[in-house]
Amino acid sequence: MKIYDMPDRQGHFGPYGGTFVSETLIAAIDELKRQYLRFRDDPEFQEEFAYELKHYVGRPSPIYHARRLSESLGGAQIYLKREDLNHTGAHKINNTVGQAMLARRMGKRRVIAETGAGQHGVASATVAARYGMECVVYMGSEDVRRQAQNVYRMKLLGARVVPVESGSKTLKDALNEAMRDWVTNVQDTFYIIGTVAGPHPYPMMVRDFNAVVGRECLAQMPEMAGRQPDVVLACVGGGSNAMGIFHSYIPYETVRLMGVEAGGEGVASGHHAASLVAGTPGVLHGNRTYLLQDANGQIIETHSISAGLDYPGVGPEHAWLKDTGRAEYVAITDEEALNAFHTLCRMEGIIPALESSHALAQAMKMAPSMNRDQILLVNLSGRGDKDMATVAERSGIGF
Amino acid sequence: MSRISATFEKLAQERRKALIPFFTAGDPSLHQCVPTMQAMVAGGADLIELGIPFSDPMADGPTIQRASERALKQGVSLGDVLDAVSRFRQGDAVTPVVLMGYANPIERMGRETFAERCAEAGVDGVLVVDYPPDEARALSALLSPRNVDSIFLLSPTSTDERIKEIADMASGYIYYVSLRGVTGASNIDVTDVARQIARIKAVARVPVGVGFGIRDDVTARALSAVADAIVVGSRIVEEIEASSEAQAPAAVGALIKRFRQAMDADR
Repeated sequence: MKIYDMPDRQGHFGPYGGTFVSETLIAAIDELKRQYLRFRDDPEFQEEFAYELKHYVGRPSPIYHARRLSESLGGAQIYLKREDLNHTGAHKINNTVGQAMLARRMGKRRVIAETGAGQHGVASATVAARYGMECVVYMGSEDVRRQAQNVYRMKLLGARVVPVESGSKTLKDALNEAMRDWVTNVQDTFYIIGTVAGPHPYPMMVRDFNAVVGRECLAQMPEMAGRQPDVVLACVGGGSNAMGIFHSYIPYETVRLMGVEAGGEGVASGHHAASLVAGTPGVLHGNRTYLLQDANGQIIETHSISAGLDYPGVGPEHAWLKDTGRAEYVAITDEEALNAFHTLCRMEGIIPALESSHALAQAMKMAPSMNRDQILLVNLSGRGDKDMATVAERSGIGF
Repeated sequence: MSRISATFEKLAQERRKALIPFFTAGDPSLHQCVPTMQAMVAGGADLIELGIPFSDPMADGPTIQRASERALKQGVSLGDVLDAVSRFRQGDAVTPVVLMGYANPIERMGRETFAERCAEAGVDGVLVVDYPPDEARALSALLSPRNVDSIFLLSPTSTDERIKEIADMASGYIYYVSLRGVTGASNIDVTDVARQIARIKAVARVPVGVGFGIRDDVTARALSAVADAIVVGSRIVEEIEASSEAQAPAAVGALIKRFRQAMDADR
């Protein structure tokens, strides 16, 4: 088994990653890197993190064998890693607990976050409440409209939600705005990035905090199914749930890793958010990675039914895994994701997040042509309660 | 000698400080880009920083982001910006022009092509806001043989080690960011800036300018006592925003003149 030890000391995953930020942020990034590396290897920190994950988040999350769904497809067995059962309803809380613990140790009283679907915003507001810290969440005004319930949840938890009106008014603009806040208030503020993107050490740190997902699977799959899966699937926007479940499996070369991007109205239509499938390398939000950009290097607007995948970049480690061929990346359209969403509701009594429905749709596509003794493990990264309005609207139903 | 060094040398002889206005190329329109640059020179600008529009200007405040959005709405590309510099050069062989922008449009064009086109157009310096030193070194290696300077930012949070690293790489001048925050923010502490600039000048081989948040001629005058150059950005972009397209160059020229007079008042 090959040892996998990416990134290097400067945060590079091959040609990707790095620290592409203005000089005004360098001191803050350097401090964060120093502190993270220190606490990553601190047994007391790790012990507290494990305790919080168990008692506050509710880990380990179970793996569920979706028997009726698998039976109906007549091929491979589909297993679901139930991150939707975590406190706050998604994998995002794993990372925010870790970063909030770090913020506390660094003496920061104020945390800020960007959010797309609102899941990371809710997870950040949650830990801020838990640790008694001030919390400001930046959210594109378009997303504020699409995810009104999550906005209210954040407010209930004591956070201030700032709608961002610039650019495309979605996740990437929220990230720009959060960076600006950080530059301005860097002495007392910790920026909790919600995905495996941004300048080093964020891609590594967010992956490490989410890697508990894959570690649990490694132990759970032999118990559940007698062996490891043939394919591990996860949706990819920025890519944090995917890196979380992929990371432990990278050295297991017989396990295929498959990232599923938002194909929107189809990759050919140009209305999508599939940066790895259809993008080109460039520099955005502090790292070099695959981007959706025009011929002049301007970032183009993305489209997805799922706000959490509506992002024109992707974590640099995914860019590296794509180039090396260790992981494959495909796109699933809005329609296919919606179909998977409804199928899981009806067949297994589980309402998945629209984001996670993309990974599920890819599994449903692959299963019929595979053998019955083969295994597809899907990271069911979040629950779909937040998506009620979106799905109802698509079906022509208003509340 | 480069145009930037020649400019600072001449200013030093005259015991004057450089006035460096910034605006985003293509704001309010590509058509007004060269006339705006010319109006700046007529108003007393010594060097012009020309912003390359970018969709995600993370280190800039809302004013300059809006300028970028206005330029991008008209489809202004990095190629257009370089063409504008060429046109400016045909009528002005003296005033240095520094391009300021983000890495992605440059990488998309290709670093080598970009460096070559900078030299052809008569660009004198390049400041890539989001390049870390390693990446900047790679670009510098292409720019410096073509006599294009590499300009760097330093900030109130830069460590001594970092100041030294950048002082070793910088050519042309160093741009000190006068406050914690993004472009266009306010509240400059002149005493603090003076102390920081002294720290930088102790190791720098090139002149040190100051910018971010210089909104009025009084601040410009106070800071010109401690720095070699004053950079004014957001305030100019606000002037462009408030003017009609036709009037923008004249309005900017008049604003520059006020700054110039204030800076030269103590001579």
